[in-house]
Amino acid sequence: MAKYLILIYGDEKEWAAATPEERKQKEAAHLAFMAAAGSRVVGGEELMPPDTATTVRRGDADRPAVTDGPFLETKEVLGGFYVLEAADLDEVIALAATLPEVAAAHSGVEIRPLVDHS
Amino acid sequence: MLAATVRVTRDLDLAEECTQEAYAEALRNWPVHGIPARPGAWLTTVARNRATDVLRRESALRRVLPLLVLDEPVAGPAHDDRLRLIFTCCHPALSPDARVALTLRLLCGLSTAEVARAFLVPETTMAARITRAKKKIAAARIPYRVPGPGELGERLGAVLAVVHLVFTTGHSAPTGAALRRHDLVEAGLDLARMLHRLLPAEPEVAGLLALLLLTDARRDTRTTADGRLLLLADQDRSRWDRGQIAEGTALLTESLSGGPPTRYAVQAAIAAVYTEAPTWDDTDWTEITGLYEVLLRLWPSPVVALNRAVAIGLRDGPQAGLDALAPLLDEPALATYGYLSAARADFLRRLGRRAEAVTAYTEALALTGNEVERAFLAGRLAELG
Repeated sequence: MAKYLILIYGDEKEWAAATPEERKQKEAAHLAFMAAAGSRVVGGEELMPPDTATTVRRGDADRPAVTDGPFLETKEVLGGFYVLEAADLDEVIALAATLPEVAAAHSGVEIRPLVDHS
Repeated sequence: MLAATVRVTRDLDLAEECTQEAYAEALRNWPVHGIPARPGAWLTTVARNRATDVLRRESALRRVLPLLVLDEPVAGPAHDDRLRLIFTCCHPALSPDARVALTLRLLCGLSTAEVARAFLVPETTMAARITRAKKKIAAARIPYRVPGPGELGERLGAVLAVVHLVFTTGHSAPTGAALRRHDLVEAGLDLARMLHRLLPAEPEVAGLLALLLLTDARRDTRTTADGRLLLLADQDRSRWDRGQIAEGTALLTESLSGGPPTRYAVQAAIAAVYTEAPTWDDTDWTEITGLYEVLLRLWPSPVVALNRAVAIGLRDGPQAGLDALAPLLDEPALATYGYLSAARADFLRRLGRRAEAVTAYTEALALTGNEVERAFLAGRLAELG
């Protein structure tokens, strides 16, 4: 078994503009995803919007510079993630394909294998 | 042999290494003990034993390394291994470039240098591309297996696209002194045959094999004895490979009876209409134009639109062809596509619009890297004076 991170990206404006009905549908789809994935889900959270993000990186005179906003300034931002445990990439692709963000035109997901340090 | 060894190692590099060592062992062993009754089985056994030894020795280290495939007991015949290997090499999680490179390297046995030459990149670039792809297969655990019925359609598409690309790159080499690259054509045909043997019920596979056979049946007549390009209109049809045409036509019928027509089957049908005509003038242009319209719906692409326009010109005359090509002149995807200029040049020449034809031929010449095609276009240009 190996662990994978599913990163859920999307257009923040589109997310913010979703109607309560659309949000309810999306939540239901995530519950269905988690039910289908079962014990393979080892973790996952929805993130607060990117304007709540803080970035810390090297600044002048070796003092860390703290800035507002996410690390990368892009239109598509990270909205949430899951950590899954699965046998191979195809298993994760099949599960990830059922996420509501994959069906929407303004979002998508990225799958990254996690390094096993054991 | 490589595929059977991969099943033991689940590591492409190690499997390649063990396979090479098995050949070296054969060179040492066979002159002394004689050639075994089943040389292939002997080599596979040696390679797999060698792999097992290495794995046993490295097992402590390898526990922390990502594995290539699932732990599943497999005891199928060797052709299943080849099928698994091609689906691994053509997994959609790999870049299209990497898919082609891995397939040629691992399934067709081309060296990294040969793969690099075929796709016009430096050998170091190709080596890095192949290494990256192998790493991704291991790290992301791209499975070594044939996809289930649910995903087969989509995954098979990537495999067939690679096989088609290998063949077409060999059929009309993008650059170089020869029109055709024998090794790539043969690799494409072999892969298509293998897929059809392994997936006989897939109409798309039968369609692709039919297309390749019907296209390659004309190979000996595409150039003159001294290497000049001969257009379809001027080819000696008696020298077309009738056996290959019969086989391709039978496969096409099989493909079309297996369900709705696929992209490759429609292309094969176009090739079949050409091969059926006793002479160029007897070609059924109405049928060909109709088939290109079907193809354009199945596979909307500027290149297909270009071919359709040419077919219209052959059916209704050069002015109709020129009119059909006009909307494609602004198509960005065709901006550097030499065959668009060449098609225009031919229609303009036949309409007697000499100056415009000269410009179009000059453009086509600048966009073509193949020496045989360049010589042909230069000849047409010289005729126009």
